[in-house]
Amino acid sequence: MMMRMVWQRIGIGLATLWVVSVIVFIATSILPGDVAQIVLGQSATPETLAALRAELGLDQPGYVRYFGWLGDMVTGDLGTSKAGGATISSLIGGRLNNTLMMASFVALVSIPISIALGLWAAMHPGTWLDRIITFGTLATISVPEFFIATIAVLILAVELHWLPSTAYMTGDETFGQLLKALAMPLITLVIVVSAQMIRMTRAGILNVMSSPYIEMAILKGVPRRRIILRHAFYNAIGPIVNVIALNLAYLVSGVVIVETIFAYPGLAKLMIDGVQTRDLPLVQACAMIFCGTYVVLILLADIGSILSNPRLRNPK
Amino acid sequence: MTEPTASKKEEEVLAELDSFAELPDAPPKRKFRLSWVGYCASVVVAFWLIICLIGPSIAPFHEMDMEGDDSFLDAYTSEEGYGTFYLGTDYLGRDTLSRVLFGARNTIGISLAATLLAYLMGITLGILAAVKGGWIDMGISRVNDAILALPTIMLGLIVIAALGSSIPILIGTASVIYATSVFRIARALGQDIMVQDFVEAAQARGEGIWWIIRAEVLPNAAMPLATDFGLRLVFVVLFISSLSFLGLGVQPPASDWGSMVRENLAGLTYGSWASIWPALAIASFTIAINLIVDDISAKSGGSLAKKMV
Repeated sequence: MMMRMVWQRIGIGLATLWVVSVIVFIATSILPGDVAQIVLGQSATPETLAALRAELGLDQPGYVRYFGWLGDMVTGDLGTSKAGGATISSLIGGRLNNTLMMASFVALVSIPISIALGLWAAMHPGTWLDRIITFGTLATISVPEFFIATIAVLILAVELHWLPSTAYMTGDETFGQLLKALAMPLITLVIVVSAQMIRMTRAGILNVMSSPYIEMAILKGVPRRRIILRHAFYNAIGPIVNVIALNLAYLVSGVVIVETIFAYPGLAKLMIDGVQTRDLPLVQACAMIFCGTYVVLILLADIGSILSNPRLRNPK
Repeated sequence: MTEPTASKKEEEVLAELDSFAELPDAPPKRKFRLSWVGYCASVVVAFWLIICLIGPSIAPFHEMDMEGDDSFLDAYTSEEGYGTFYLGTDYLGRDTLSRVLFGARNTIGISLAATLLAYLMGITLGILAAVKGGWIDMGISRVNDAILALPTIMLGLIVIAALGSSIPILIGTASVIYATSVFRIARALGQDIMVQDFVEAAQARGEGIWWIIRAEVLPNAAMPLATDFGLRLVFVVLFISSLSFLGLGVQPPASDWGSMVRENLAGLTYGSWASIWPALAIASFTIAINLIVDDISAKSGGSLAKKMV
């Protein structure tokens, strides 16, 4: 029963990935302009254009290019960048590392903070600190990321001169210098991501708190702290894991603004550059990485909530 | 239950009888009493909606007038009789206050149009999928999941890079992207309602599918969908301003809160608030909507929409 559900989810995930690949391919195929035209620029003549198009495979019909691209992608060959001629794997490699590094730092900082604050707020609902947390997180999820980034720059870089306002990296910094360069985008992302996680943790626990077995525990005289940590928390794990997975997916994908403001050399910025230079293979590869990550994280969240549910784990 | 006494006025007795007229198992009537926070938030939202309509006519300057003495000035009154610049000037010496007032129409207008369009598409397809089921449901849902699996800002960037940035394209892109989440909620609500006893009863009576949708499904889905509308509007405002912030949304010289933040970002280092005012305008509008939605869903208990966000 349980394994069947897990396999079913994996099947749905694969199907979703396939549809995503079709959408990405179609969406990037309607990008205007022609890479051959861009590469040759002013020196383009009809003959050189046709030759370069044939070389790049642009003269073949769409479905042929789609299946060729899909086959290469599945076998791990991401192709070569049409603008620069470098292999896409080499372009993406370093950028992906940067984005992943940032994502793991943010996750390391924000997950413990969020769960702790969410639990604390759920343990003391209605107190002034709970109200501050609730209003603060609501305000944070309501404003654009660039608002938080702007305010952070205004306070930490312009007024206090504590941190640099860009995340420029040379590649040979010490760990301390690295942390200082990453601090501004890190702080911005932690604030943005934690807000949602704190809210959902608090809501998840309070939701469980209204079930009959909690009422029973209250009537037995179990202290509130113990009720939350021993009774409610385990049943709220499913939704909390879900939120964490969703927010991590957001980290890898929705960081465009933060990477742009702080000039951080991550994958999202590479993709925007790719869109601007109409580098189709690059955009396709980046889009597939983002979507693949997203689908996998959602899948993990789904499987996590199946595994954390004893009714599904121990079928009759 | 108190007996109506002779001393009570006739209207009071009638009102009391009215409340007894409800069936014992009828759900309690929903009452919309906002808390004081909700009231304040409604005033803010109403304020911006009014500014949308009359902003251009009450603005002291035109959004494109470069009448200020210099860029990034603090509030001052012109000595040459141009008038007062209440919020200072922006990077081209334009009046920040006038641009915020003009920008309301673009930012809120575009977002509102996109959200309405997203609702039209999402609800139509969602209810259709829930009611028809089978392969129609499967087909729409899979495509929908796949679009949902694309990060919204990426999708927006790709489409806008492909088709260029104009107001109709912004509205179209945002509405298709956000129709996917409306679809999910509408479908879930529709499926919940379709298995209720009263729908089965209607089907047994031989009511047609359109009658069931109009008389049973839509009225029961209306409230959660209305709450969700507010949340969705906030997301669209954030999406549009983020695109504008990246330089891909509303194009200059038209004023838009997102692009105003971007244009004036350089002034931040000189302590100019020209980029903070439009950011505060966005924040006040979106926070206010969220506070109202929070208030309503806390009161009405039903929070399916919130869970699915």
